[in-house]
Amino acid sequence: MIAESGHYALVLAFGLALIQSTVPILGARWGEYSLMNVARSTAVAQLLFVAASFAALVTLHVSSDFSVVNVVENSHSMKPLIYKITGVWGNHEGSMLLWVSILALFGGLVAIFGNNLPISLRAHVLAVQAWIASAFYLFILATSNPFLRIANPPIEGQDLNPVLQDIGLAVHPPMLYLGYVGFSISFSFAIAALIEGRIDAAWARWVRPWTLIAWIFLTTGIAMGSYWAYYSLGWGGWWFWDPVENASLMPWLAGTALLHSLVVMEKRNALKVWTILLSILTFSLSLLGTFLVRSGVLTSVHAFANDPRRGVFILLILCVFIGGSLSLYAFRASSLKQGGLFAPISREGALVLNNLLLTTACATVFVGTLYPLALEVMTGEKISVGAPFFNLTFGPLFVPLLIALPFGPMLAWKRGDLLGAAQRLIAAGIVALIVLAFVLAWSFGGSTLAPLAIALAMFVIAGAVIDITERVGMFRLPLGVTIRRARGLPRSAWGTMFAHAGVGIALIGIVCETSWNSENIRTMRAGDVTNIAGYSLKLESLTPRQGPNYREMAAKFSVLVDGRVIDTMTPSKRNFTTRNATTTEAALLSRGATQLYISLGDIGTDGSITVRIYHKPFVLFIWFGPVLMAFGGALSLSDRRLRVGAPKPAKAVRELQPAE
Amino acid sequence: MSLKRALLALTIVATLATPAYAVLPDEIMADPAKEARARDLSRELRCMVCQNQSIDDSEAPLARDLRLLVRERIAAGDTDAQVIDFLVARYGEFVLLKPRLNSHTWLLWFLTPLAFSVGGIALWRQARRRARTSTERDEALSNLTPDEEARINQLIATEPVSEK
Repeated sequence: MIAESGHYALVLAFGLALIQSTVPILGARWGEYSLMNVARSTAVAQLLFVAASFAALVTLHVSSDFSVVNVVENSHSMKPLIYKITGVWGNHEGSMLLWVSILALFGGLVAIFGNNLPISLRAHVLAVQAWIASAFYLFILATSNPFLRIANPPIEGQDLNPVLQDIGLAVHPPMLYLGYVGFSISFSFAIAALIEGRIDAAWARWVRPWTLIAWIFLTTGIAMGSYWAYYSLGWGGWWFWDPVENASLMPWLAGTALLHSLVVMEKRNALKVWTILLSILTFSLSLLGTFLVRSGVLTSVHAFANDPRRGVFILLILCVFIGGSLSLYAFRASSLKQGGLFAPISREGALVLNNLLLTTACATVFVGTLYPLALEVMTGEKISVGAPFFNLTFGPLFVPLLIALPFGPMLAWKRGDLLGAAQRLIAAGIVALIVLAFVLAWSFGGSTLAPLAIALAMFVIAGAVIDITERVGMFRLPLGVTIRRARGLPRSAWGTMFAHAGVGIALIGIVCETSWNSENIRTMRAGDVTNIAGYSLKLESLTPRQGPNYREMAAKFSVLVDGRVIDTMTPSKRNFTTRNATTTEAALLSRGATQLYISLGDIGTDGSITVRIYHKPFVLFIWFGPVLMAFGGALSLSDRRLRVGAPKPAKAVRELQPAE
Repeated sequence: MSLKRALLALTIVATLATPAYAVLPDEIMADPAKEARARDLSRELRCMVCQNQSIDDSEAPLARDLRLLVRERIAAGDTDAQVIDFLVARYGEFVLLKPRLNSHTWLLWFLTPLAFSVGGIALWRQARRRARTSTERDEALSNLTPDEEARINQLIATEPVSEK
């Protein structure tokens, strides 16, 4: 009954989405306010029905209803409750349901909080949202129905893939989808602007908070996924340039560019045409990511060709939306008027450079991810594109980006003073040089590239801090004035500082991890001691343990510094009986931002065990950086001008509204 | 542990879908310099049965075979380039995670600099064009239309002069 209700709710949501796709557009055509307002109620109703559908699937999983295929294939009655819930989106069908739920959530939020939007703009935005939603509802209903019943229900389910039985699954996919799908809002706004043929600075102010929300979630989602891979895969890698990762990185790069070009548009009314294009591209890349991950095309082109139903459907959605939006753009972009002028050396100029570098980086990831697929389809030739390629092509783009980064916020709008900015950054340059000298001396004989990169990161961090201290007049003015100024400074300025400093911090983590990581791979027995980076590790014991749906062998290590025990670490190897699969649970010990990492390999019959021990200096900075970026984004989101809302340039429209 | 037994153990582990972990203690070469070369090479070679993993990261039996093969060639005195050539001759270009530049991959390699320079040139040209047209626009902007002139005069006339 619950399954059927969930299915039915989804069908109703699809019906509502179809109404929402058409009626408001007609209303806007005819100038009928009642028809335009339909968008609002349908968006909210759609959200309720999808939420009901999603809740139904969660209920089925939690109650272990093994008459539903999706539950049988991905759940087990002995599975801990948290994984019963997260298992809902740990599979294709459930994950698509989460996708449309989040889409409906964003649509609902626009409907509820979009009071200050001009009514025709809101109608168009929600209609475009509904186009996307309809396509994906149809996809789920036609090819990926999570509510299918099974003819002969088994007594027990097949359990969730053990690798996914981790808290990471609770956080990573929802965050990522909130980011991915959140960009649909800026897409809808862009299409609405193209349809209406009108776009101004107020438009940018409406779009910015939505883009920012999506970007914050995508940033934390990617970082969380990276940390999950780091601790769960067992050899401490945190980024693999895997197509699935690239699929999330591309919208992030485009979204970051979009965030910056929106600033130019909001403040200076310039770069309109480009910003619209970037909004379209960002969401198109999100759709592409969904296609890459969900169609199975990545595993192999042949697997895709053998069972192409889902893949072809998403490919069709992809073509219609990307092709349609780009054609609309080509037809209508020329009707948008170009705005404010600026000199090449200016805040706008710096943000344009940011956009150029970020989109080039995005193009690099795009070509690296899709080239092997395209080549195989066209010539049958198989090549691989992996980390070494990206390190060579993607990495160098960040050098000019990071050098230019501290200059951007210091340049004035319209016409900046590069020399003046450079003078103000002298202190940051000195900090960077001192750090460079220290690191070079410390790592004497090693590569010079790593110390240079650390110095660059310090330059970025110091530059961000100096910008703020300059603005509040710290060290120049009395403390009281400084504090007053700091309070008065827009929160978005603080956000900029944290986000930019986060970039530098992430870079420090990345460089330290890749350059000064030490490892120790060996076979050990109980009582053996081994050393790594000044720590001694003693294998105390190997003990078998029983978990809720697995058995594990846990190895207890004592961590010693100068003969004193400072902590214990207990990595383990789990065996999940239902799927007969094993996972390694690495043990991590944080010492500041540095981590010791132990994971277990094979357990020999003679009581010996293969052990991998890593010492990763400052590795946590890799994720502190993005967290700081997201924090900066959140600060910026709470900025007064976004809280209060955009001014209403279209007064005339307001006056025309019927009395309610 | 004999090699055969290790391989058997690995095969079992692989079929159990253990998450990946790479180099095993018995593979490591005695000479640290040669081992470092082997590791660097391993990171550029693909485990062909895995999804986008280098043989350095992968636990698949094939990856182990390749790791041992790389070390064998290094021990036999091959240069890095010779090892790569040997593996490509055996397994094809697919084994390289960093494709070699040829007529089929030039676009892959040159797209980044191409995109950057084309974008840069386009921006530069646009900036110049706009700067040129802006001088005309500036004049149009700085001179008020007669209507605006009249309105301003009217406003000035009606504005009460406030004394500070």
